[in-house]
Amino acid sequence: MKPALALLRRDISLAFREGGAIGTALGFYLMVVAITPLGLGPDLNLLSRIAPGILWVALLLAALLSADRIFHNDYEDGTLDVLATGPLPLPLVAAIKSLAHWITTGVPLALLAPVLGLLLNLPVETSPLLVLTMLVGTPAVSFIAAIGASLTLGLRRSGMLLALLVLPLYVPVLIFGVGSVSAAITGPASPWPPLLMLTAFSLASIVLAPLAAAAGLRNAMR
Amino acid sequence: MDQAVGIAAHSISCQRGGRTLFKALSFAVPSGEALFVSGPNGAGKTSLLRMLAGLLPLAAGRFSVDPHVEAPLPELCHYVGHASAVKSALSVEENLAFWADYLGGAREATDAALDVFGLEPLAHLPAALLSAGQRRKLALSRLFVAKRPVWLLDEPSVSLDAASVKLLDRAIAAHLKGGGIAIVASHTPLKVKFSHQLALGAERAA
Repeated sequence: MKPALALLRRDISLAFREGGAIGTALGFYLMVVAITPLGLGPDLNLLSRIAPGILWVALLLAALLSADRIFHNDYEDGTLDVLATGPLPLPLVAAIKSLAHWITTGVPLALLAPVLGLLLNLPVETSPLLVLTMLVGTPAVSFIAAIGASLTLGLRRSGMLLALLVLPLYVPVLIFGVGSVSAAITGPASPWPPLLMLTAFSLASIVLAPLAAAAGLRNAMR
Repeated sequence: MDQAVGIAAHSISCQRGGRTLFKALSFAVPSGEALFVSGPNGAGKTSLLRMLAGLLPLAAGRFSVDPHVEAPLPELCHYVGHASAVKSALSVEENLAFWADYLGGAREATDAALDVFGLEPLAHLPAALLSAGQRRKLALSRLFVAKRPVWLLDEPSVSLDAASVKLLDRAIAAHLKGGGIAIVASHTPLKVKFSHQLALGAERAA
């Protein structure tokens, strides 16, 4: 337990100290959501109808901005080699690093979302549900991003390739995340079934994605 | 030292990119002895150490640990390679404290580890400000935060000054005395008594 906590603590404190990652993601999220109404015009009904979709799509893109940092720095400076000789199995290392990415990127983005929802005329009473779906869905975003990050290790300009690899895998997150919030806005369907599907997808990716990411890491270390 | 172990390689082979670097290589290093790996560039010295650390798969053959222990071989090894595994955003002390926690060493060992190469005055300095030699010393200090019987050192003396090489020599000697094993790949000779020598790539050079 102690090695796992030490790794988690170190990754979180590095994310804050090295700076950039969290601020960039939040700033990008803010900018994308802020310019969307400018492009679509001031139709408030339209905006509130498409608000969940815009908030979710922008969140996925913002989370991907820092995704290549999950393993990249540790790979470059040789830390990954030493982590691999440690007491934790490699999938667990990948899981902890994904968890740290979720805490430093997924959670802040999810908490910022209701504020940005105001810009899109998202009904205020759906804000708690929006945050809930995002908190439930973003673990899948971080853990799946780790697969892409491990596969693109050692490549230059890996960010774009990572997005191409990973975005298709986000389709279920997007469908069920948006489905849940939209159902709450427009009715009459219940928001809960999509939310439960999203939970299931998130849990499955928390279990399975680290195995794939660890295979990617093994390959990168050769 | 948790336990004194000896390790042996049984006709191992190494392939990189379809090229065979060495094959049918066997050696045994009993507890308390050291192996010096030499050879021209590209002979497979680093690959051999990475195979021992479990980072590279073996093309053929196997390693054995004697007496048999629960832990897999990589968890008995400290691997200090070309990359320093030093985090620039953390201070010298925080770097070591993390490795102590992660590799299962005691926190008190951190202070002792700082002492070995005289890094104590730099303890609170961000590692980003360290020189190449100091970085290397910090990487080598990792050997002391957690006790592991096998040291795998890849060119440990690169960018170290003469005084530090002496400290390294002394540290390896003390480790061997305590029943440990050191496997060192290097181009520059060290003063430690290496009971075993392994010259890689000899047949290719000939």
